[in-house]
Amino acid sequence: MPDLTANCAGIVSPNPFWLASGPPTNSGDQVMRAFDLGWGGAVWKTLGDPIQNVSSRFGALNHNGVRIIGFNNNELITDRSFQTNLAEITQVKKLYPRNAVVVSLMLDTREEWRDAITRAIDAGADGLELNFGCPHGMCERGMGSAVGQEPSVNQEITSWATEISSVPVLVKLTPNVSDITPHGLASQAGGAHGVSLINTVKSVIGVDLERFTPIPAVGHTGTNGGYCGPAVRPIALHMVGTLAREPRFKLPISGIGGISTWKHALEFMLLGASTVQVCTAAMHYGFRIVEDMIDGMERYMRSHGFQTLDQLIGKAVGNFVEWGELDINFESVARIDPQRCIGCQLCYLACRDGSHDCIEPATDGSRVPTVEEGECVGCNLCSLVCPVPGCVTMHQVDNGFQPTSWNEHLMLEKPIRHKKGVH
Amino acid sequence: MDKLAPDRTETCFSDLKKPFNLNQAMVEANRCLYCHEPPCVDACPTRIDIPTFIRKITTENLHGSAATIFSANVLGMSCARVCPVELLCSGSCVLTKEGIPPIRIGLLQRFVTDLAYQRGWSFFQRARPSHRKVALIGSGPASLSCAHRLAQLGHECVIYEKRPFPGGLNTSGIAPYKMQAHDSLAEVDWITSIGGITIRHGVQVGRDPTLQELEANFDAVFIGTGQGPDRRLDKLPGHDLEGVWGAMQFIEELKLASVDLSQVRNAVVLGGGNTAVDAVHELLHLGVPGVTMIYRRGKQLMKGYAHEWEKALHLGAAALWFTVPTAFVGQGCRLSGLKCVSTDSALKPIAGSETMVPADLALLAIGQQGADPMFAELDGIRVQGGNIVVDQQGFTGRRGWYAGGDCTNGGKEVVFAAAQGRTAAQAIHRHLTGNPASNGAQHA
Repeated sequence: MPDLTANCAGIVSPNPFWLASGPPTNSGDQVMRAFDLGWGGAVWKTLGDPIQNVSSRFGALNHNGVRIIGFNNNELITDRSFQTNLAEITQVKKLYPRNAVVVSLMLDTREEWRDAITRAIDAGADGLELNFGCPHGMCERGMGSAVGQEPSVNQEITSWATEISSVPVLVKLTPNVSDITPHGLASQAGGAHGVSLINTVKSVIGVDLERFTPIPAVGHTGTNGGYCGPAVRPIALHMVGTLAREPRFKLPISGIGGISTWKHALEFMLLGASTVQVCTAAMHYGFRIVEDMIDGMERYMRSHGFQTLDQLIGKAVGNFVEWGELDINFESVARIDPQRCIGCQLCYLACRDGSHDCIEPATDGSRVPTVEEGECVGCNLCSLVCPVPGCVTMHQVDNGFQPTSWNEHLMLEKPIRHKKGVH
Repeated sequence: MDKLAPDRTETCFSDLKKPFNLNQAMVEANRCLYCHEPPCVDACPTRIDIPTFIRKITTENLHGSAATIFSANVLGMSCARVCPVELLCSGSCVLTKEGIPPIRIGLLQRFVTDLAYQRGWSFFQRARPSHRKVALIGSGPASLSCAHRLAQLGHECVIYEKRPFPGGLNTSGIAPYKMQAHDSLAEVDWITSIGGITIRHGVQVGRDPTLQELEANFDAVFIGTGQGPDRRLDKLPGHDLEGVWGAMQFIEELKLASVDLSQVRNAVVLGGGNTAVDAVHELLHLGVPGVTMIYRRGKQLMKGYAHEWEKALHLGAAALWFTVPTAFVGQGCRLSGLKCVSTDSALKPIAGSETMVPADLALLAIGQQGADPMFAELDGIRVQGGNIVVDQQGFTGRRGWYAGGDCTNGGKEVVFAAAQGRTAAQAIHRHLTGNPASNGAQHA
């Protein structure tokens, strides 16, 4: 039986699945129900000076009939008193000593930070998460992403926290930056024990075509929110992987962003995350989703011979390289299996209009297109639009050239293959 | 035109296929792969751009979706209800090759076209008047499709209809669990609302006006008279007993009037085509305890759709295959049974196989009498095997005379009549003006 015990920066939990700081971790009731269903940890909804929220606060991006492929919110930090939250944290820790309770914090002055950290630790927090990421509302007050976007401010406030904290401190990073690396390094320099990312992406989820307001409308106006859910996962994977492969960056990572299944969790962990955090999927489908996340991950580990999470964490980091390090002489072409093709001709249309026009429609009435392999650039588009799994597949072809990266070509003048494709 | 009676028997039927609501339509539309030049379009006689109209449902451009349908087939509302989509568009959906249920194109089209009717959307404008007049004989789908296209191109249309209701078989002959007469009449109103189309009811063309008078008074004539009344078995003893009906005559009665089947215990339907299958469905639905289809050939050779016959079996239908009637038997003047004989595979009677099938109602669904032979009296027009002979464009061979629909194709689905009527309209336009009509319909 694989051991799913997770450890991120010294915060230990029975499995790597944590609820991220957000609406699902707003109260003790919610967190305890989540722990009952199997969640390994929870990052408590950010404590700070209680705020007043607007109504409404959430918006969704639906696509082709699929609901909530993206989600956006302009909800702020907790609207409940410090005291109430701390009392519930104490109660949760008492009843669920094995589960990790991380307390998210967002404050303004050094004194406020000091006071909040002391009280959170006294209440029983296993770790702290500094919210330097919230991109709406709080940043206008000089907190949240306003901190996370300035490495020097990030480092300074992180050091205020780490100087006094007796429990591990994670810094939650904002993706609303051009390069995540200096921000991760700033947290490290401030003494953080780990980072968590990504927070939400600044966004406008839609515009109401009848009322001419951004969505969600608050009366007659709307504002930006933070974007999350499945659609942000690629952005999050990139940022997690970027820090994980950065040689100067040594901290553990808690991965966040569009995770809703065990497969997504594995993607983050293979790119370097020690634990993962989930919010939108729990808001969409409830806490029960954790059962399959645990079950699926256990079965994957068993089938791949992993006993512990350490054996798989970071396994893909070494293969995540710069473009210039890719083998530019690697060549693949698409092939269409006539037995599986159902004749939709989407590959033909996609290649003609969207790629290199190297797929020919059938002339024999079979509706099975053929790939001109001599022209095929191996871009993948046809296999991506094909509705039948395994019908269009990519095959490596031997072009006689030795593996060579663009960097090697520039520096060592290694030969590279000829350009393919008609345009 | 008469008013429909409110207590027609057909009104007790409900839709066999329940219509979609917006959410159901969106879910189904989003399953469509949006294929390039897909087989569903090739399978549609009117070549509706199916992936485009479905795509427009997914983008909630429902007005544009309806425009896409109607610009190819102005009878899109009735076709959505009555088309055998399992054999046409949906039957050719590429998803079936992957073992995935095909897109329910008929229900999607019904959703959009019903919405267009409910909202009162109109899509067509008439061209400037051409001062040319076209007579159309019969007001069924072929003539309506033809007249609408002609009206759109600026020509004046007069439709002659012998019955009190317009719409042809769409009004009087469609199984009521697919479409009812009021839907058909709504379609006629919607189509003729373009203007320039007059329907004259109670007119018996051939008598008054004569064909010669029509020819003299109009610039072109379109024949869309259908296949005529039911074929009868006049040579069999007892054929005129009470309780022996033509199937189409019976269906018309239950659609436009009311029928009382409370005394009927056993009904038989003679024939194996779709009219027979429809009649079996209807009798079972109306509560007749025993309904038996009698067909002279085997099940494999029946022309009725297999998927519809399966549904009839499910409702409790019985069948006697390789069986033909030899006499109608009565008690007094009322039918009480049919003498039948089994046939071998060459359809020859098998000696000693005579049986008596009890029946107090017999519907003859053995075909229609065919196109009216009077048209052959005009030089250049030929009637062969019950069909008026036309070329691909609907031209009969006599200058100015065109035909389409059941009277030319032996009796097919509404969508074929819609396609032929439209094609003939294009040909008539060329005849009237010397110019080809652009194929793309003008729509708002």
